[in-house]
Parts: sequence; C-alpha cells; structure tokens
Amino acid sequence: MAKKPDLLPGTLDMLILKTLTRGALHGYGIALSIKRLSDDVLTVEEGSLYPALQRLLLQGWVKGEWKMTDTGRRARFYTLTAAGRKQLGIELSQFEQMITAIGRVLRDAQEA
Amino acid sequence: MIGRFLRKLSLLFGRARFESELDEEMAFHRAEAEEAFAADGMTREAARYAATRQFGNAARLRDESHAVVGFRVETVVQDLRFAFRQFRRSPGFAITAIVILALGIGVSVAIFGFVDAALLEPLPYAAPNRLMSVDEASAMFPRSNLSRDDFDDWRRMNHSFTSLDAYGGMGFLLRTASRSEPVPGARVSDGFFSTLGVHMMLGRGFLPGEDQPGKSKIVILTYGTWLKRFGGRRDIVGQPVTLSGADYTVVGVLPREFEFAPRRDSEFWVPLLEKNGCEQRRSCHNLYGVGRLRNGVTMDAARAEMKAIAALLAKQYPGSNQGQGASVIPLAEIIVGPVRPILLTLLCGAGLLLLIACVNVASLILVRSESRRREIAVRGALGATRARLARQFVTEGLLLALLGCAGGVLTGDWLMQMLARLIPKNMLIHLPFLSDVGLNTHVLIFAGVVALLAALLLAATPTLRLTFAGIRDGLGEGDRGAAGTLWRRLGANLVVIELAVAVVLLVGAGLLGKSFYRLLHVDDGFDTTHLATVQVMLPDSSYTKDGQKVALYREINRRLSEIPGVQSVGITTDLPVQCNCDTDWIRIVGKPFHGEHNEVNERDVSPSYLSTLKAGLVRGRLLSDSDDANHPRVTVINEALAQKYFSGEDPIGKMIGDGGFTPNSMRQVVGVIRNVREGALDDQVWPAEYFSIYHDSDTYFAVAVRAARDEKAILPGIVTTLHSIDANLGVYGESTMTEQIESSQTSLIHRFSTWLVGGFAAMALILGVVGLYGVIAYSVSRRTREIGVRMALGAQRSAVYGMVLRQAGRLTGVGLGIGLVSAVGASLLMRKLLFGVAAWDAPTLAGVALVLGAASMIASFLPAQKAASISPTEALRAE
Repeated sequence: MAKKPDLLPGTLDMLILKTLTRGALHGYGIALSIKRLSDDVLTVEEGSLYPALQRLLLQGWVKGEWKMTDTGRRARFYTLTAAGRKQLGIELSQFEQMITAIGRVLRDAQEA
Repeated sequence: MIGRFLRKLSLLFGRARFESELDEEMAFHRAEAEEAFAADGMTREAARYAATRQFGNAARLRDESHAVVGFRVETVVQDLRFAFRQFRRSPGFAITAIVILALGIGVSVAIFGFVDAALLEPLPYAAPNRLMSVDEASAMFPRSNLSRDDFDDWRRMNHSFTSLDAYGGMGFLLRTASRSEPVPGARVSDGFFSTLGVHMMLGRGFLPGEDQPGKSKIVILTYGTWLKRFGGRRDIVGQPVTLSGADYTVVGVLPREFEFAPRRDSEFWVPLLEKNGCEQRRSCHNLYGVGRLRNGVTMDAARAEMKAIAALLAKQYPGSNQGQGASVIPLAEIIVGPVRPILLTLLCGAGLLLLIACVNVASLILVRSESRRREIAVRGALGATRARLARQFVTEGLLLALLGCAGGVLTGDWLMQMLARLIPKNMLIHLPFLSDVGLNTHVLIFAGVVALLAALLLAATPTLRLTFAGIRDGLGEGDRGAAGTLWRRLGANLVVIELAVAVVLLVGAGLLGKSFYRLLHVDDGFDTTHLATVQVMLPDSSYTKDGQKVALYREINRRLSEIPGVQSVGITTDLPVQCNCDTDWIRIVGKPFHGEHNEVNERDVSPSYLSTLKAGLVRGRLLSDSDDANHPRVTVINEALAQKYFSGEDPIGKMIGDGGFTPNSMRQVVGVIRNVREGALDDQVWPAEYFSIYHDSDTYFAVAVRAARDEKAILPGIVTTLHSIDANLGVYGESTMTEQIESSQTSLIHRFSTWLVGGFAAMALILGVVGLYGVIAYSVSRRTREIGVRMALGAQRSAVYGMVLRQAGRLTGVGLGIGLVSAVGASLLMRKLLFGVAAWDAPTLAGVALVLGAASMIASFLPAQKAASISPTEALRAE
C-alpha cells in the first residue's frame, strides 16, 4: 500500500477552519470532507482531529452545538465563529507566504 | 487570554460532562466510520474492527484531548498522588527522610528564631538604629563610663545628636511593712525617655531642666512596679513615695512594653538632680550616655566630633581628662554584642547540621532511585518523557521537603520554647528580647526558604541521576551496569561531605568544650569553694558619719563570725570574679609621670577579707585591724601591679598617691598578694590595690563568709543576723561564690555554646556514620554476586573483610582529611569564643579523628561481616 503523505505540520487547524466555512459539521463530517476534497490524498487521523477540535474550542475559534443528524443520531456540530474567521484569514495568508517562498527556493534550485 | 482561562476553569469543574461528551462524540465517529466501511461491503465484524483500528487507542486520545484543555496542575496532582503512593509503599524510607529533615530544619529554625530576636530586632524603640551609646574611652577601657561634668559639656558642645542623655544605676531602700527592701533604680537626665522615643502610659515624662540640682524629687515607675507595689492605681500620679528615706512625687508610669536592657531591673527612675559625692569630681565616671543621631549625620561623623570634643576637654582639664577619648557605637551593639559570636556560631552549626541532614536524605533518595531503575525504565519505555520523569522526582523531593519543613517548624517551635526556658534569669535580664522568641513571620519565611533549598537539593539528586544514566540501560537485566558506577561516584561523594561536615562540628564542639573547661579551671587566685556572699546597702540617713559605718563593719564581722560553721568573715566593696571596674588612677613616688592615667582596680576591704578569700601572701603583710583612720594609709597590691610598676624592685615600703600626690591620697605598700581574679573569667588580670575599708567606707558593700562545710546552708543565718544588727539594712543577692562563677555571663555563654554545638556534633556524627553504614551496606548488597564469585575462586573471608573495610576506610579518610582542614578554618572564624585553646589544637583534632575513625569502622564492620558470611553457592544462584 502506497504511503499517503502526512499533513504538513500546523496545517490541520487551518484545514478544519476552512472546511467549516461551508457550514456546520460534526467531527466525522470534517474528516470525511477533508478526505473527499483532497481526493483521498489527505487523511485526518482521528487521533489528531479531536485534540485539535478541543484546541480550537478553547481558543474560541469554533463553537460546538449538539444537534440531530439526518440519520437521527445526536452529534456535536462545529461552526466557525467571527474570531475563527479572522484566524483563518491570518493562517491562509501565512500559508500563502510560505508556499510562495518554498516555490521560489525550488525554482531557484532547478535553475541552478 | 482571560476567556481562554475561564473556559479552562469551567472545564476543570465540568470534568465529568466534558468526558461524557467527548466519549459520545468519538463513539459517534466510530459508528459512522463503521457504517461507511459496511457500505463498502465489509462484514459488520470487519467494519467494526477497521473503524476501531483506524480510530486508535481511545484512552490515549482522551488523554491527549485532556492535555489540550486541562491544566498542568492536574498532572501535578497525579504526580503527587503517585508520590504519596510511593511513600506508603516504603514507609521506612519516607519516615526516616522526614524525621531527618524535620530535625535539621527544626534546629535551624530554632536557632534562627534566637538570631532574629537578638540581632535583627533587639531594641523596642522608635528608629532604633539611630540610637547610639555615647561614652568615654580610655587606654584600658574601649568603652568606659561618662563623667557628669563631661556629659554636661558634651551635651552642650555637640552638633551630631538631636538629643544626648545620660543614665546610671542607683539603689533605693524601700521601707516595707517588716523591713527595708533594696530595690534597683536608675538616675537619668531629663530627656532620656524622649531620646528613646518612649511615651508614658500615665502622667508625664521628665521635663527639660528637671534633672538639675535643686529641682524637686520626682519619680517615674515601671509598669511592673506600678502593678506590684501600688496595685495599679490610676490615681498614682501626684502621690508621694518614700525612697531611701527621701520623699519623691510620682509623675508618670512607663508603658508595659518599656524595656531598657542596660538597666532592665530598675523599678524607679529618677532625674539626676544633686551631684553625689563622687560626681563633685570631673574624674568620677559613673554614667553612660545615649544619643539620637541627627538626620544625615553618620555614626563615624558623630564619633569624630565627640573625639574632637573629648580632646578639647582633655586640654582644658588635663588632670581629669588626659587620655580620655570618646566612644560612639550603636546602642544595640552594647546589648547584643556579647552574644553575637555565639549566636552566629550556633547558626552556622545549625546550617551545617541541616546540610548533613539534606545530604543524608539525598543519598537515601539516590539509593531508592537505584532500586527504582526498573520502574523508571518501564515508564520511559511506555512513553513518559524524560521531563515527565524528572517532574515525578521533583514532586517527590518537594513533598518530602514540605513534610520535613512542616515537621521542622513544629520541632523548631518546641526547641525554641525549651531553649528559652534553659536561659537563666540573670542572663535574661541582660538580653530581654530573648524572652519573646517564637514563631513569627521572619522565622516562617526563613523556614520556607530553607525548605525550598532542601527541596531543590532533594529534587536535583535523582534528576541528575536521570541525565547521567540512559533510561534504556535500566531495562536490562542486571543492576551491575552504568548505574553502579554512578552510585559509586555520586553516593560516595555525598557521604564524604557528610563525614567532613561532621568533623567540622565535632572539632567545633571539642574546642568549645575545652575552652569551657579551661574557663572553669582558670586560676582565680583564691579558694572559690565554701564561700557564701551577700550584698548590703546601708540606709544613708542613719549612717552619716564614717565612724558609724566602721563600727557597723566591726559589728558585722563579730556577729557573723559567731554563727556556727563560719570560719571567717570579710567585707569588700566588690566581690571577686565580677568585673575590672571601680578603678583608681595611681602615681608612684620616684617614677617619671606625665599625667597619664595608670588605671588599677581599687577595692576597699576589711582586714580579714583577703585571708577569708585565702588569697596567697607573697611578701610583706596583709591589712590589719589597726589600719584605720587613726593610722597612716597603707595598701596591699597584687603581683600584677608589682610587676607593672615595680618591676625588678621590692615594692614593700614604696609610696603610691594620686596624680597630684594629694597628701591624704598617699599610701605605703605593705604587702603583695597573688593575683585575685577581680574581672570576668576570660578577662586579663589587672593590677589591683586593696585599701582598708576603715579608711574609705562605702554605703554599698559585700560580705564574704568562709564556711566550714555547706556554704549555702548558712546563707539564711547570715541574712537574719544582718537584720538583727540593724533591721533597716538592705540585704540582697544571697549566693555562693561557685554559683556566681557558674552563672556569670562568660560562663553561661561558654556553657551554652558548648552544649548546643556538642548536641549538633553528636547528631552530625550519628547522621554521618549512619550515612556511611548505608553506603557500605548498599555497596555490599550490590556486590553480593561479585563477592560470591571471588569466594568461589578461593578468596579468604579475611580478604573480603579487607575489601569492604578498605572501601569504608578510604571514604572516612577523605572525609576526615577535608573535614579537618575545614575545621581549622571554621575554628579560626569562631576564635572569639575560644579561651585558652588554639583553633588548631592538636589533641582536639586527633581526638575527633579517633572518634570518627572508630565510629566509621564500627559502622562498616557490620556490612563487612555480612559480606564475609556470604555463601558463594547461594550468591551465584541468586538473580
């Protein structure tokens, strides 16, 4: 079985926040959504997902609310808060900067 | 930030809800994943398995989520719980460690309590550090009494003090129902109480000018006197009191907390008023000065100014003031000065004991951490980080230190109360602040700091061990690897420290003990046994003429001699072994003289006094009954005077006079006696001259009675007889010479330091030797297998003994070596407390080496015996 690439460190919070911009989701939903949107390339380990969600709750970037799912089960749905939206912006721009920087270094390396 | 903290806080208390929600959330996740797997065509069974596997260890996941939201405190609580469990599992270790720590900390706390009371807050006055003791100084006395005339001039001329005042002692005879009671009092200048910053509880203090000759007789009472003698009457102010036959009016009562250590027992405080007979002369030094420094004036500046003033007066009045300088030192210094060396020595001793205690506990912990190697290794392998493991040790160290500290504070409190009770009353009079030693904020802060330092040491030891030895080694089967080396390196060094410190304390105790012995066996020049003494104070009113007093002296001599069991009776102005004081300035006929003050002790004694003391006559004769006002003045001198002023000649027949050879001061030397110790036990012997009390009578005198057997038993008879001679005589201070010597401040200070440092040393010796025993026994138990192999290969039992004893001998040797060198250094620091013993006193050092060496050998003999009795077959089969 081919090894799937690991998530870039520090990007999980950003991915979760981004996923939640499309609406409230429960933990499983978030994991599924990230997996689907990345065409199965990115897998969120449950081991990281729940601690990450606790962290985000603690920072006040997401809110948790218990609701019924379509299948009639109780689940905690997470929604983005205003602070979370702002944080997402910050993380996105930082991420852009880093990608551009990495890209420049790689291009330079190819030309050399 | 605050929001985050609050959310954390709410989670801390809503712990159960948090967990159930998290569990439900994760269960939901697993169920959904299972559904998904099942939808992909897996069997239910396989789907559940896959979901669970994908999800991972639920417990660990929960822990990680906890770690995100929880406080650090929670893991600390875990550590604490674990530490307690550890202690419970080996209560022997925990109890030993806590007891040792409690002892070490307790002793330090107790001694600090005394140091705090004596050295940090000794004076109960406003801005006490601005108060100076302002006195005269001469060649023989670095601080001597102040003369009244000099005081008046100093007060007028100085600019360094906002106020300068004087005080002196004065005894009163208080007429009570049955007889006259002598009561100590004090004479002070008008501003004395305001200089100290003391306000009266009732009435007023002395007003400016009220101390001048001719002013009315007024008196201020202490609180205790007001309660005891006047029933605490609120209307006491304005009432008359009769003191020594004179009428005084009470103007004020001092507050309860008032205390003036230099004259602590004074009950009645009166203004200076008339100059007494002695004060007519400028050379009469009978007062002390106390001044409050002006703002911005330093002690050095004040001292310089007072010296300049003294020099000016010396020029103006050469006869009385030549060579009289000035002394300005903090008032606190004259009160705590004598006890500072002993307190600091004791504090250092207690500190060393604490060090031993901590080191001892640290090595206990080290031994235990050795035996916990497996546990640590397992925890490490299961993912505990090194920091987490270290934190566990730190927690255990802190917990030990905390419990030890709590025990220490209790022990310290108890020790303080016990020690305070041990201080004799007559010493407390000079050190009043010691009576309220106890737990206060300073002491508690000190205890906290000590506990913190102990905790650091206790936590550092095993943590250090963690960094030294790889954790993985611990999983290996044997205990024979790196850790063994580490133990030998660290544990052995620790025991060397303990032994060295024990040596320092033992040497200190040995030197102090020897000093004390020397002090008590110092040559007094007279027979101190079977000598009963009382002080007598004459009522001025009925003994106005010298002849009356002489008649009384003769009557006392006659009547007391008649008491059964009395061998002889002597009267003197000052008893021996008190002080080099009551001095006279002499000039010798036929010797060059430039106005210098040749200071010698002067004693006015009855003819039989010197023979009652059994003082040894060297040349000439003692005083006789006919040496009275009808005959020329004669004197008996001691050998010290003979050597200093008549070196190489026969002093008998020589004439001595005062500086101006005043005709009635001229006296002939008729005898030389061996030096009778007039000063304190550790004072130099001064030149002394003895006059007949029939020439120079005094209202205060002491009676010395030589008893055939029990001198204490005849004391009541002496008092009754004196009162039957004259019921108005004030009789006080009944005691024996032996008692006086043993309870003198010098003797008490030495006895205290000897016993306390001796106690510290004994504890240090026990801890050190037990530490050594632990090291050797542990090392033998670890080497059981090795020893077994050696013996199987033919090693003799004696060789095994040798091996173990050699190890112990090496450690003891190194400890002794380091200890002896440090001990000499430490003894040099405390040489102020030593008397007649050098810091490098060889017998003491050798004795200590012998004691410690013997104790160590006994301590290591037991494990050696155990090692030698190891059965090779069993040793090899073990493990």
